[in-house]
Amino acid sequence: MEQAAIQAYLIGVSFSIFILVSLGLAVIFGMMRVINLAQGEFLMLGAFVCTFANQAGLNLWLSFLAAALAVGLFGVLVERLIIRHLYGRIVDTLLATWGLSLFLVGGVTTLLGPQTRSIAADLGNVAVGTYTLSAYNFVMMGVAAAMLVFTFVLWRFTRFGLVARATMQNPGMASGLGVNADFVYMATFGFGAGLTGLAGAVLVPVTGASPPMGLFFVAKAFITVIAGGPLPLIGTLSAAGLFSFIDGIVSFVSSSVVADMTVLFVAIVLLRLLPDGITGRSRRGI
Amino acid sequence: MLQVSNLAAAYGRIPILDGVSFTVAEGEFVGILGHNGMGKTTLLKTLMGYLKATRGEVAFDGADITHARPHERARMGIGYVPQGREIFPGLSVRDNLRLGPAGQGREDKAAMDEILTEFPRLLPLLDRQGGALSGGEQQILALARALICAPRLLLLDEPTEGIQPSVIEEIEALLRQMKSKRRLTVILVEQNLDFIKTLSERVLIIQKGRILREVAADALGERALIGEFVGIEATEGTRT
Repeated sequence: MEQAAIQAYLIGVSFSIFILVSLGLAVIFGMMRVINLAQGEFLMLGAFVCTFANQAGLNLWLSFLAAALAVGLFGVLVERLIIRHLYGRIVDTLLATWGLSLFLVGGVTTLLGPQTRSIAADLGNVAVGTYTLSAYNFVMMGVAAAMLVFTFVLWRFTRFGLVARATMQNPGMASGLGVNADFVYMATFGFGAGLTGLAGAVLVPVTGASPPMGLFFVAKAFITVIAGGPLPLIGTLSAAGLFSFIDGIVSFVSSSVVADMTVLFVAIVLLRLLPDGITGRSRRGI
Repeated sequence: MLQVSNLAAAYGRIPILDGVSFTVAEGEFVGILGHNGMGKTTLLKTLMGYLKATRGEVAFDGADITHARPHERARMGIGYVPQGREIFPGLSVRDNLRLGPAGQGREDKAAMDEILTEFPRLLPLLDRQGGALSGGEQQILALARALICAPRLLLLDEPTEGIQPSVIEEIEALLRQMKSKRRLTVILVEQNLDFIKTLSERVLIIQKGRILREVAADALGERALIGEFVGIEATEGTRT
């Protein structure tokens, strides 16, 4: 019983990390079809903003909010200055965002140094039998779930969600009906960046904030969104569920390195069997 | 209502429109006819702002809209039903209808109720996805989707293309009803002679990117005229 609880906990932690790192990309790549190789650096910026905001005296929750807002605004700037000129030009987008990624890593390293900074989340521990579990990890799970539900509700049930879904399908026709497609693209990219910034902030007490931290997560994010298939939210949720289940079990019986390798192997097999991803045959949903 | 003066537009370096001028009064139903590739669809796209004018002016209700973007023209009261309909396949019929008012920030239940009264065929289809509809149903949806925004000028691009005759009759009846009920102004690009002749008050014949001639709709029965400007053998009920 105790071991089952620990396994469930590990799966939950892994699931929340998969959701945190890939949800922003599900919006930016899954919905907007923008291959943003600087996604990991958006995460890193969120981590640093959260760290500095906390060190400046804001509490943890306000630091999360500051990170989401700052990186969301940074995303708006990136969309206006770079991405908006490159819609539909996949290779150019790839090169531009790769350049941005290198610039951000180099710039942050130059300004702040290469060391890892962190903040303490003193929320205590939870005892399960002979095991002691970090209470903060439950917070991380809660934030990941809240982000997922918020994004789903925004996309499925609000006026902005309807307008954004239509604009991503056919921006020309949407603008012919009175939709300001430029604004919708900008806002959607900013929203995706904000989610990523929030994810980076939430991860700080676990991983710390360091200039190259995005590299550790960007592959995981792309694998999850691509394996999810054409329905970005349901697909990302499904892929994150599958990969975290495997990750949680393999981590428990072996190590996190073996778990990462196993997830990667499963992703390759999955895409070989289902080239369009888990939701490749689905026509309804988001 | 609409004044087009010396309008020119091009795809890259290829000129398509070359000095188009005409006016449309409020409540008029004007047809545009011409060979394939003469600039009919390009003219509508330029009027809607999808293609930038390289020369000339477009004024709508006295305001210069030559450089206005498509969403700005839509918000000013110009509706557009494109060739091929361009229904949002992944959205439900209801969401296709909601999109225009939602995008313009004036979603209104009364407008939805009114459009469903005018287009009762859409009522049982509201929860179906746009992509699952037949071509005729999609055309009716495209028309309703434009009209729910209450445009004063409607640009219609080949609404009968690929549509079965019974649905064409239905579209014709709907347009007649809209014209009288809403005092709608319409510019119709069409290759179905019967359709354009029945609905239009006058027809502009476009050739090589210029308005070559304006004729009364009744003149479309003249064999020589059609043969010369539209490039078809004119027979009663002919469709080019």
